[in-house]
Amino acid sequence: MIDATTLVSTTSTGQPVAMREAWGQGLVDLAHQYFDLLVLDGDLANSTRADIFAAAYPDRFLEMGIAEQNMIGVAAGLATVGYVPWISTFAAFLAKRALDQIRVVVAQPGLNVKLCGSYSGILTSKTGKTHQAVQDLAVFRSMPGVVTIAPADAVELRGAMAAMMEMTEPVYLRLTRDPSPTIFPPDHHFQIGRAVLLRGGRDIGLIGTGVQTVRVLEAAELLRAEGVDAAVLHLPTLKPLDLGAIVQVAAQTGAIVTAEDHSVLGGLGSAVAETLAEHRPTPMRRIGWRDTYGESGPNDALLEKYGLTPGHIAAAARELLQALR
Amino acid sequence: MTIRAEREIVSQSAEDKRSISELTALSAEARQLIVRAVHRAGAGHLGGPFSATDLLISLYFDVLRIDPNQPDWPQRDRFILSKGHSSIALYAVLAMRGFFPIEELDTFDQIDSRLQGHPDMTKLPGLDMSTGSLGQGLSPGVGMALGARLRNLGFRTWVMLGDGEIQEGQVWEAAFTAARYELDNLIAILDFNGLPQFGWPQAGGFTRERPIDDPAAKFRAFGWHVVECDGHDHPSIRAAFDQAMVHSGQPTLVLAHTVKGKGVSFMEGDFNWHAKVPTDAELQQALSELNGTASRPNPEA
Ligand SMILES: Cc1ncc(C[n+]2csc(CCOP(=O)(O)OP(=O)(O)O)c2C)c(N)n1
Repeated sequence: MIDATTLVSTTSTGQPVAMREAWGQGLVDLAHQYFDLLVLDGDLANSTRADIFAAAYPDRFLEMGIAEQNMIGVAAGLATVGYVPWISTFAAFLAKRALDQIRVVVAQPGLNVKLCGSYSGILTSKTGKTHQAVQDLAVFRSMPGVVTIAPADAVELRGAMAAMMEMTEPVYLRLTRDPSPTIFPPDHHFQIGRAVLLRGGRDIGLIGTGVQTVRVLEAAELLRAEGVDAAVLHLPTLKPLDLGAIVQVAAQTGAIVTAEDHSVLGGLGSAVAETLAEHRPTPMRRIGWRDTYGESGPNDALLEKYGLTPGHIAAAARELLQALR
Repeated sequence: MTIRAEREIVSQSAEDKRSISELTALSAEARQLIVRAVHRAGAGHLGGPFSATDLLISLYFDVLRIDPNQPDWPQRDRFILSKGHSSIALYAVLAMRGFFPIEELDTFDQIDSRLQGHPDMTKLPGLDMSTGSLGQGLSPGVGMALGARLRNLGFRTWVMLGDGEIQEGQVWEAAFTAARYELDNLIAILDFNGLPQFGWPQAGGFTRERPIDDPAAKFRAFGWHVVECDGHDHPSIRAAFDQAMVHSGQPTLVLAHTVKGKGVSFMEGDFNWHAKVPTDAELQQALSELNGTASRPNPEA
């Protein structure tokens, strides 16, 4: 049963890498191989780091200006002619400003547009409520036809980008701004729809997605020091969802805590709760953004105030285990 | 000289060149198919489809380089019905042009039909884009025109907009971008019938006020070339399309002056017929006006 989910050893000592830089460089690398790859930018290339691509491939970089709804439509039109447009803008604007456009001309027709939402979550360089994106996973997970990926680090991101070019479906790719530790070994093989067991454990299962998984690993360390043996499951794709892996870790531990830099409504926590409610009811806690609006501030202060630190995850685990005694 | 070259391409691909009287007859036939389909379905729109009918007939029978036997021919001209609620007009014209059997119009708006209330490109061959949420069609048109240029393909992209629709901001994002990229292989047609679904209040008037004034000036201000025509007069339509096709360095707007509900006396110019289903008696009256067996009431009388 355990083989359904492969155990991948992590090296959280890896050098912090900014995912956006890995993304910009990743586009350049893919463009060598895929001549139909284009990048469309909403006047944010020097934030999203699509500028790395623009410098390498000026003819395949199409500036679309501050007009996200139009940018999505243009991408759809280009896709009908066989191009593979990658979108460069912030997750907040993609998932909300251009949402109807994505639904009508990308998702329903199933056009091959790669929707890349940079600056996702709450760590958006002191920009605050308008730029923080904590509903993007909920939005795209509930939109038929859109594969939804949230990589944990630069290595997994590169694997995801390669996989995205191999598929013709529209994909939402969740990206973050700031440097974050690399947890996967360089030879890690990313697979769409496959969860990754980062750590085995008997007492409780911690489930993360995106870069929040790095904080989940730290939480598992905190718990270990207290004698709690926590399993860590990473879900890099929220759609398709690896139901088997979720049920399995619940079956083996009997208690689950989810953690995401995203709202607890509709994202990872919801996906796991829905899965377990139907297949294996299991006591749970969800760590994530509560039903409120954000604010600007330093990263550490934001994580602390809004309850997303490893300490918060460990505390939720402790409280759940206590309640189950 | 350029004009002649363009015409040669057109006559090569259109089945054969159509006379004005043929086009006029085709328009009347299309309107009959449309009103029958809406009556049968018990749903759908009439005002917008009727105002667009002559423009669509001209495009599909006289102008577009298309092949009904090869709907996904990579070199084909593209057409996007951005005012997707007028789908039944496009379906009627596509059927008449041989994309699918005329009888399939009976399935309009029925379960499992390829003829969806609003165009679905995943279902019906011959549709170049899915539409229905207004304001969205011009942007994919920009993408197709850009793609044609990048791929060195000679096709043109045509997009039909409604004048109510161009209240949507995205239309202007797309207009700006098309001009910025100097997309002279992109032609938008504005079905300027002056009436959207409900319109703006007009003091004391029976009808409602039109949504937007002087769209020509607005498109020009956004960097477009504009040509105007009578959207119900085939020579006028064809002359405007010809001008649009030879203009270079800018996208062109064909501003077609039209009448909502055109062709049926009691529907013309009445916003209530935007999406109303005719009764059996109204259907008969409409059909006899359209096939010329009943004379229309004289508006002057
Ligand atoms: C975004 C959006 N808002 C509203 C509607 C509902 N709607 C359908 S048709 C219509 C009026 C359209 O008017 P116009 O563009 O002038 O078209 P026409 O008169 O040619 O039918 C409205 C409001 C819609 N389909 N999409």
